[in-house]
Amino acid sequence: MTVTDDLVEMLATMAGFSIDPAHRPGVAANLALLLDRAALIATPPLAVVAEPAPVFHP
Amino acid sequence: MATLPQGAVAVADAVRRGAVTARAVLEARLARIAALDPRLNAFTAILADRAREEADAVDAQVAAGRDPGPLAGVPFGVKDNYDVLGRTTMAGSIVNRGLPAATADAVLAARLRAAGAVLVGTQNMDEFAYGFTTENAHYGPTRNPRDTRRSAGGSSGGSAASVAAGLVDLALGSDTNGSIRVPASFCGIFGLKPTYGRLPRTGTFPFVHELDHAGPLARSAADLALVYDCLQGHDSGDFACADRPSEPTSLADPPAGTRVAILDGWFHDMADDDARAAVAKIAAALGATDRVTLPGAEKARAAAFLLTMASAANLHRATLIARAGDYDPATRDRLLAGLLAPADPVQQAQRYRHAFREEARAAFAKHDLLLAPATPCAAPLLGQPTIRVAGADLPTRANAGILTQPISFIGLPVVAVPVSAGALPIAVQIIARPWAEALALQAAAKLERDGVAGLEMAAP
Repeated sequence: MTVTDDLVEMLATMAGFSIDPAHRPGVAANLALLLDRAALIATPPLAVVAEPAPVFHP
Repeated sequence: MATLPQGAVAVADAVRRGAVTARAVLEARLARIAALDPRLNAFTAILADRAREEADAVDAQVAAGRDPGPLAGVPFGVKDNYDVLGRTTMAGSIVNRGLPAATADAVLAARLRAAGAVLVGTQNMDEFAYGFTTENAHYGPTRNPRDTRRSAGGSSGGSAASVAAGLVDLALGSDTNGSIRVPASFCGIFGLKPTYGRLPRTGTFPFVHELDHAGPLARSAADLALVYDCLQGHDSGDFACADRPSEPTSLADPPAGTRVAILDGWFHDMADDDARAAVAKIAAALGATDRVTLPGAEKARAAAFLLTMASAANLHRATLIARAGDYDPATRDRLLAGLLAPADPVQQAQRYRHAFREEARAAFAKHDLLLAPATPCAAPLLGQPTIRVAGADLPTRANAGILTQPISFIGLPVVAVPVSAGALPIAVQIIARPWAEALALQAAAKLERDGVAGLEMAAP
């Protein structure tokens, strides 16, 4: 996954803030890593009973 | 100084009997800190005046014929993300410096003090606990007392290094993705990451609410069990803390018939030969021959990675936007990326937690304890950019915890037991089903008695 500095700033603008241009390459690299990890868990679909409850019981 | 007791059990016993004063033990530890900490950089603050007052109060109780408690006179430290009365909780950062000072000690630190322990200082960590190497841009790196060219691990690196080097006898750390177990492994000491919700985090600075655990580090299994018993108990200040009664530990051998298995797959593939040898040594001592695979471990690690980034970013949103330049660059870039994370994979990661928990439950239907390396390799050099794992060079800071992350993701209790592995130690995770810390501690105590686990104090 490639994430550009321009994409980083566009996403930040959508979220209501701006990122210092000097910080954007590092943020882009980490966002690319995050999206790679996200792809790992995208499939297979989880059962509908797999809940995302924020209060977790081990 | 050479005749003074070492370790929590021995110190407390000697102080309670009046064989030594808490003040004498404290002065010995302060002298060792003065001699070694300039090189190790394990502490962010030494609280000598306060510690002397506490030690003197313990000695006054003994002199009056009263029992100061099971940790009488035991010097301990807390990770820099624990509240200490009168101090701002910095959490390894400078971002918090404008916050008000804490009005009380963190609940777990207060429980240790109530048991007679003496708080010596606060200890270095990765900024906001986000890292596995304690290479902190603001406070400098903590050096591993087993080899000062190497990382102490993180994020509770100062806590682990100080215990390994005998600067204190116990420490309190926190573990979100492996931050007690990784430094325990690199520094060659014992660490306990309890079940999620077992110990209250009240008065600690959060990193990832849904993954944060608090726990102790010690040089022996007996010390670890003793301090854990003093820490247990509900506190309503932590919404995730379970309202369960204390379950005192025993150092007896695990019950006959305890079923122990080795975690295969991800936990084997992502470990080097030293880590595999450490697991084999522990497995042989516990009679474990079965191998179990958790097929979702890699995905669990990925989900934990995602949740960490997004949840920690959410916590820091306001300060990140206003003062990004105050953060350690390595922390800043990850947190800013977390602010930009799409919602769908974050939600998927939360749901995957449920799915992986059920996978682990199936494994615990057949086994009582599971074994896995705590780290893929022994301590890397400070500044070493990558570690060699499964034939690939992976970035050190993000990957030293690849074998701990899947386990903390689902909140299982783990005791990290250190094993000599060539020149450097490495720890093995003894993983139990939820709320079965006591069984994992029994196994750790047996391994220590049998001479399989545990190392001498480091002499840097």
